[in-house]
Amino acid sequence: MMLHRRSTILGGAALAAGAAAAPAHAQLTIDMTRPTFEPVPIAIVDFAGDRVGADIANVVRNDLQNSGLFRSIPPSSFIQRDVNAGTPPRFPDWRQIGAAGVVVGQVSQAGGNIKVDFRLWDVVVGNQAAGLSFTSQPANWRRLAHIIADAIYKRVTGEEGYFDTRIAYVAESGPGNARVKRIAIMDQDGANNRYITDGRTIAITPRFSPTLQEIVYMAYAEDRSPPRVYLQNVDSGRRELLGNFPGMSFAPRFSPDGTKVVMSISENGQSDIYEMDVRGRALRRLTNTPAIDTSPCYSNDGTQIVFNSDRGGAQQLYVMSAGGGGERRISFGDGRYATPVWSPRGDWIAFTKITGGSFGIGVMRPDGGGERMLASGFLVEGPTWAPNGRVLAFFRQQPSSAGRAGSVTLHQVDITGRFERQIPTPGDASDPAWSPLIPQ
Amino acid sequence: MRTIKAFAAMAVMLVIAACSSQQEAAAPATTTVTPGSIADFRQNVGDRVFFDTDMSNIREDGRQTLNRQAEWLKKYTNYQITIAGHCDERGTREYNLALGERRANAAKQYLVAQGIPAQRIQTISYGKERPDPVGSDEAAWARNRRAVTELQ
Repeated sequence: MMLHRRSTILGGAALAAGAAAAPAHAQLTIDMTRPTFEPVPIAIVDFAGDRVGADIANVVRNDLQNSGLFRSIPPSSFIQRDVNAGTPPRFPDWRQIGAAGVVVGQVSQAGGNIKVDFRLWDVVVGNQAAGLSFTSQPANWRRLAHIIADAIYKRVTGEEGYFDTRIAYVAESGPGNARVKRIAIMDQDGANNRYITDGRTIAITPRFSPTLQEIVYMAYAEDRSPPRVYLQNVDSGRRELLGNFPGMSFAPRFSPDGTKVVMSISENGQSDIYEMDVRGRALRRLTNTPAIDTSPCYSNDGTQIVFNSDRGGAQQLYVMSAGGGGERRISFGDGRYATPVWSPRGDWIAFTKITGGSFGIGVMRPDGGGERMLASGFLVEGPTWAPNGRVLAFFRQQPSSAGRAGSVTLHQVDITGRFERQIPTPGDASDPAWSPLIPQ
Repeated sequence: MRTIKAFAAMAVMLVIAACSSQQEAAAPATTTVTPGSIADFRQNVGDRVFFDTDMSNIREDGRQTLNRQAEWLKKYTNYQITIAGHCDERGTREYNLALGERRANAAKQYLVAQGIPAQRIQTISYGKERPDPVGSDEAAWARNRRAVTELQ
């Protein structure tokens, strides 16, 4: 299914509230600073006015439930059956089934577009907690659902959501010694999956530009020339080499402002980090050591770069200025550290850690303190941050047996290490890269 | 000098051929391998060297293989060479691309030191993308940490 060019979402128009008052049980709020909390029970009614309203409600239910922060109450247990978007619900009916919030919506036609209104009712307090209206092309109904889920998430948690996003990843198939690897992009809930490379050569490590209009990745050529970094337009599919170096270029990542790509370039067995200006193609060398310097990632404010280097003997994490220089090591635990990624909020760096025979996904503060692990297994690798800095995706690989490669799957996990779940993909999948929120 | 060298080379070839024949006599099912062919290189010289975990230095067993490769390649100069560096699956994707490149380059530098012109040799890294064999035990991992000399 085609992604939609320049899809317009007009929205955010607030809807006025009604009012009532009532006693309390489960609150329509989460204090994210507390170490543990109960998921908020929330009832989402099929949106009225059009058949797509039931689909929209379903996407919202799944988004909120899958975050682990909400418990979506099954519609079969709803008592009030005649609730509509214009009037307050009968709050006692919803209190009785334990709901802290009720979401009601309406879909209507507006020219060639659809208009979706929703209201979030606070059952405990007995008033409207949020109400918004959005208009877009009918084919964008999934995006509207995700935007609504993000609005609900924000109202309840106080933090930005992450549902209106995409994930780029590597779709894998074939036997273990002749793997086909192609870049794919899907909505974060697994819908709208499509391939953007053809699989004739291995393509790996895709990363989005901040506008989601472009992807960088590394791909092999059909001859014996070294694999290189490519820049590809997501909509047109047009791609070009990013630089033309005699040796291998790999591990590309965009800067937060989208004007640069940082990457590793290898020459005579030495891999160093370079920064390339995307439009003008000016190249700037950032490291110059006999060590392997790779997996560079900008900080959220673009002033620093965290990277992976074995200059101290084994793979560790280092932070340097975005212009190079000032390198300092930040990983000091027992094991090898790799694949560092800086949170969009700036407060954590996630990484892959290998200790003995076991792999783990962890986070540490940018100064290296506060290290804790979120997931572990035979092989877990490659964390990527959702744009709200609360949820991460990574991939799990099972051991191969009897000459057959083990399965490879994408997973998401909350920053507390809880709510791990598999992200559905059509086949085996690795190397996830989470996009920013899709520009409206 | 050159003539004597050629005779010596031929003598070596005949000895090798003789040895092969004796082996063939012992194992009648095998097919004849043409000296100077890619099959000859793979079977009788050895096309790959192996590495320790996270390392790219050529081990003693690797040196012996590369010495044989160098001799063979000096004899059969019609081949272009690509050395492919690989890693086992117990590392991360991007670092392994770099480590595979280091391994390929280490093997290349060794052959260059033995007299093979550098222009004859290209290197490429497959990181952990092309396991051979596919397996998740120490034996498989040890064979995956390799640099393979491929002839064109």
